[in-house]
Amino acid sequence: MSAPRDLYPISEKAPEMAVSASGTPLDRLTLEAVVSGEIGPADIRISAEALRLQGAIACDAGRDRLALNLERAAELVAVPQDVILETYEMLRPGRLTEPHLLSARAEMLRRDYGAHAIAALIDEAVAVYGRRNLFRRRY
Amino acid sequence: MTSAPRWRRFDEWDARPLQHDQFAAEDAEAGFSTFHSPWDPAPSFRIEGGRVVDIDGKPEADFDILDAFIAAHHLDLEMIGEAMALDPVDVARQLVDINVPREKLERLARGMTPAKLVSVVSVMSSLEIAFAFSKMRQRRTPGNQAHVTNAKDDPLQLAADAAVAVALGFDEIETTMRVASNSWANAMACAVGAAVGRGGVLFQCSIEEAEELRIGMAGFTSYAETVSVYGTEAAFVDGDDTPWSKAFLTAAYASRGIKARCTSGASAELLMGFHERQSVLYLEARCLCLQRAMGVQGTQNGGIDGAPLTASMAGGMRELMAENLIAVWLGLECASGNDTRVSESEIRVGAKITPYLLAGSDLLCSGFGSIQKYDNTFNPSLFNGEEIEDFLVLQRDFEADGGLTPIEESDMRDLRLHAIRAISAVFDELRLAEVPESWVQSVAASSGSRDTESFSPGAVTRISEAIRERSLTAIDMIRALERRGFSKEAENLLLMLRQRISGDYLQTSAIIRDGKVISALNDPNDYRGPGSGYRMSAARWNRVRAVRNLQTREAVLERERRVDPTATPWLVVRAEARKGADPREVVIGVSPAFGNELTRTTAGHDLIDVVLALTQGVHDGGGVPRLVRIRHTADTSFLGLTAARLSGSGYAIGIQAKGTAVIHRADRLPHMNIELFSNAPVTTLEHYRAMGRNAAQYARGESPEPIIVPVDGQALGARYHVRVAMLHAIETGLVLPDAPPLDLDMNLGQGGLSP
Repeated sequence: MSAPRDLYPISEKAPEMAVSASGTPLDRLTLEAVVSGEIGPADIRISAEALRLQGAIACDAGRDRLALNLERAAELVAVPQDVILETYEMLRPGRLTEPHLLSARAEMLRRDYGAHAIAALIDEAVAVYGRRNLFRRRY
Repeated sequence: MTSAPRWRRFDEWDARPLQHDQFAAEDAEAGFSTFHSPWDPAPSFRIEGGRVVDIDGKPEADFDILDAFIAAHHLDLEMIGEAMALDPVDVARQLVDINVPREKLERLARGMTPAKLVSVVSVMSSLEIAFAFSKMRQRRTPGNQAHVTNAKDDPLQLAADAAVAVALGFDEIETTMRVASNSWANAMACAVGAAVGRGGVLFQCSIEEAEELRIGMAGFTSYAETVSVYGTEAAFVDGDDTPWSKAFLTAAYASRGIKARCTSGASAELLMGFHERQSVLYLEARCLCLQRAMGVQGTQNGGIDGAPLTASMAGGMRELMAENLIAVWLGLECASGNDTRVSESEIRVGAKITPYLLAGSDLLCSGFGSIQKYDNTFNPSLFNGEEIEDFLVLQRDFEADGGLTPIEESDMRDLRLHAIRAISAVFDELRLAEVPESWVQSVAASSGSRDTESFSPGAVTRISEAIRERSLTAIDMIRALERRGFSKEAENLLLMLRQRISGDYLQTSAIIRDGKVISALNDPNDYRGPGSGYRMSAARWNRVRAVRNLQTREAVLERERRVDPTATPWLVVRAEARKGADPREVVIGVSPAFGNELTRTTAGHDLIDVVLALTQGVHDGGGVPRLVRIRHTADTSFLGLTAARLSGSGYAIGIQAKGTAVIHRADRLPHMNIELFSNAPVTTLEHYRAMGRNAAQYARGESPEPIIVPVDGQALGARYHVRVAMLHAIETGLVLPDAPPLDLDMNLGQGGLSP
């Protein structure tokens, strides 16, 4: 088994490992397929697997923080856009006055999407926001 | 006693563009300090129970949101003990030591607090910082980023200008709009334009976070750099975010296959009014530790919007370089600022970019204005559309790759037209708008939006809203292009979608060249001293140095010699020249190529007119002119002295074909002439006439006023010397060392004329 780093760039060294979120492999993403309508918006989305592979490559290259970010990203692939935007909004300062709403959001992401790293990040925010008085209305 | 007069030099200085720049006095309490403030903490740390419980003199209970995030996610417990114990000067020396690998220093940085990082770069000079930056930056191959915007949000112009930016070699292009609701039209137009010519350019549409994410998801854009972070808690909250919300957003971008980098930079907190009296570098070091902690691959720093304010402080430009160094030292991709115009002085602008050009950078400018200043919706950049060629020449001057490539005028005509036709076809195919041919032509030819006949901003808003409401995506755009025969552009856009699925450009410092991702992973900066690191290939250098209007010897000679081989010679040899006896005689000694191979002075005067002016002048002064061809030298002094030795009066004029002339006297040393006329490009026929008159007056024993050829301080060497050197080589090529001077007659076709 080769080191993850040897697979980079995936598009050149291991294109068979790059499959879109809908399961479409790279070699099926052709102009003909686009024109004929075979390819839809879901087929041009990155998959959690590709992000985890990039995370492993980053880690192997000594970039552990980037790897953790890519792991959090992998967890968010399945999370719908509106849930992402809503969660982002909840994390902004002065949006919530009730810490438990944010904790509940973390729990939901953990439960429904297996987003453990994301949930841990949110739990950490809840603790610090409480101490720094950020659960206060800004508008 | 009267008072001393005002020195008017100050009036002239007051009128220079530099006077628009403001300079701030050091005032740490008011936030005006670059590297050190009395309120900056000293580096320190403490670990308890496997947790960092003190950073830079602050205990855990007092941690603000930045400290808390940095303690939890940046500081590497395995490195902190070793790194914090090091002497700052010793670390600084390692940063400039070619024998200490970049990776070793990056490991140390992971154990350093913000104050520790500042303590190291503070001991470094600007030169050392630039050198360390060249060693520590992440990707080996330098790149650059362009702004593509216009004052009307005109999609036709955006497409054309994006195509030009791509042709210039920019690796990333960034747009934004005057009217927020035009974002979708801007995104589509730039995406289409960026696909014309070369594929694989990363593209960003800068707007409010949620909208930017939506546009990215639709496949129009491929990167984002609006993830701003700030160095104090109050500024962060005022910026409507926290480290956790930004870390979440960073992950969200990656989850959609979008490359992201943070934005920070000196003086942002000062502009926002929340600087906590700390130095701008210390606050930026906090931002950068935070960015590494968030796991973002890179940063856009080096002042950014705060750059002019930072540059107003003493040592400000050094500070901007220092914060870029901390970024790359922390292993981050660095789009190194050089975007906001920091000065009205072109000298300061050129000086600002030079260290970056020499050191190289992942992206030299995090927004080089590829459009005109007034069209830049981000505000004018350090370099702009007006100054692109200056930048290209700087690359050539220093043999340094700033990421750009010279473009040909004829190529740009076709390119712009093609880009406009492509976006027009997409609009038509998707029933978004119809574009009249007159608009196509107007935009293709215009340098900026003030001159265009095109969409009104309101019409653009309707297009933009339709794209958004109909949920059109890059797929629709590709389909439309392919249906209308723009297959190459469709293929280029598809390349970006394929790259997105692989995630390859999510790694540190990734850009796409020739359809392939290069990043810090597969193109790592391996600089270890001379002979290592990035060097331009021969092919790349050939393109970089080929700036417009290069003077070649063939072209100059073709243009300047203008010899008509069928014409009758106008200078006709009479006999070998002997010393004259007439005490009123003034010999005019002409150079070997004068009037035969070369026919005009550098100022453009026909040599016939020059000889007529000289001889007329000699007559005016009461002298008798005699024309002599000197063949053994082309040097002005020796032409003059040789002629003087032949002259009955002992006075003579020596003149080269390019127009440089001298009045000389027989008993003088070669370089001790009477009067020298060295600035041929500004020497007029009237001056030549006066020269003849003065020579005759000297011959008569008079003391005329010397002739002053006024100069306005033009860089005559820059303007003329290429041509002069090429032409003068013809003179020297005709020199016959032992050939004696020859008397000449003028034959001007109407029966001849003897001077």
